[in-house]
Amino acid sequence: MNDRMLQRIFYGVLTLLTLAALGVGLASAGAEGLAFGLFAAMTIGGALVCIWERSVVRSAFSLMATFTGVAGFFILLESAFLAMAQLLIYVGGILALLLFGVMMSPPDLAERSLWRVLPGLGLVGLAVGWVSWQVAGSVDWVVRAGTPTGGAEAAIGTAERIGVGFLAPDQYVVAFELAGVVLTVALVASVYIARRRVSDLEPLPKEQS
Amino acid sequence: MGLEAYVAVSAALFALGIVAIVTRRNVIYVLMGIEMILNAANINFVAFNRFGGNGLDGRMFAIFTIILAAAEAAVALAIVLNVFYLLDSIKPSDADTLRE
Repeated sequence: MNDRMLQRIFYGVLTLLTLAALGVGLASAGAEGLAFGLFAAMTIGGALVCIWERSVVRSAFSLMATFTGVAGFFILLESAFLAMAQLLIYVGGILALLLFGVMMSPPDLAERSLWRVLPGLGLVGLAVGWVSWQVAGSVDWVVRAGTPTGGAEAAIGTAERIGVGFLAPDQYVVAFELAGVVLTVALVASVYIARRRVSDLEPLPKEQS
Repeated sequence: MGLEAYVAVSAALFALGIVAIVTRRNVIYVLMGIEMILNAANINFVAFNRFGGNGLDGRMFAIFTIILAAAEAAVALAIVLNVFYLLDSIKPSDADTLRE
């Protein structure tokens, strides 16, 4: 089976799974279920494509689908502020940063890594599936009675409460300042590490090992 | 959609992140896997917050996770840049200078 066939099979199966997710969602919970199915397909499908593709560029752009899907979940969960932060930071920032890795990645010219991926996928799938099965069988989730149905208003209210919570002295202000300090230190340090004087960094002699 | 659906999606995303870390021989993919795992954790935080309590703790956790993910990505990329300069390779298995 050559590479092209595998590629076609993979994307065909992915399309079918997406349609199945949309159908199941629509049948089970109407419009909200349809949105959930769409976001779930984006999230899981993006991650699958990221693992499947050989070129870093394609993987990075498929991660964009994953991050956008997660932002959609945040909207469904009435957290508009988090969705916005997710789009800004992940899609706009981290993804652009990851794309710099393209400059350092030689093209992966080895054969399609199916046999490298499948055992890992199977093992991890079994492990996570087993744990999920145990959890589903033994844990009785305590869900708040009468889930809030404020929709957009509730989501905006959440954003306001988050903003107040960041700055109110009796809430999250210490964590907020700490996060600011951590971010500053990390960014200054990363700039320092990345732009050190070349004379500090003599490449190691190759015949050492 | 109930809590279980979100937890299931999150578990799947977590598993795929682990697979990305384990199976690819490229630091960039390891970073991508870490981002997937952090996103899975974020879905769980927000979902449990939405269905669980009245406070905002879960959403705050998610925001701080996003902030730390940004810091982590910046530092990791800087380290990868240096490793690439020193070793001409970004395979995790090539960075074994301390072993000798």
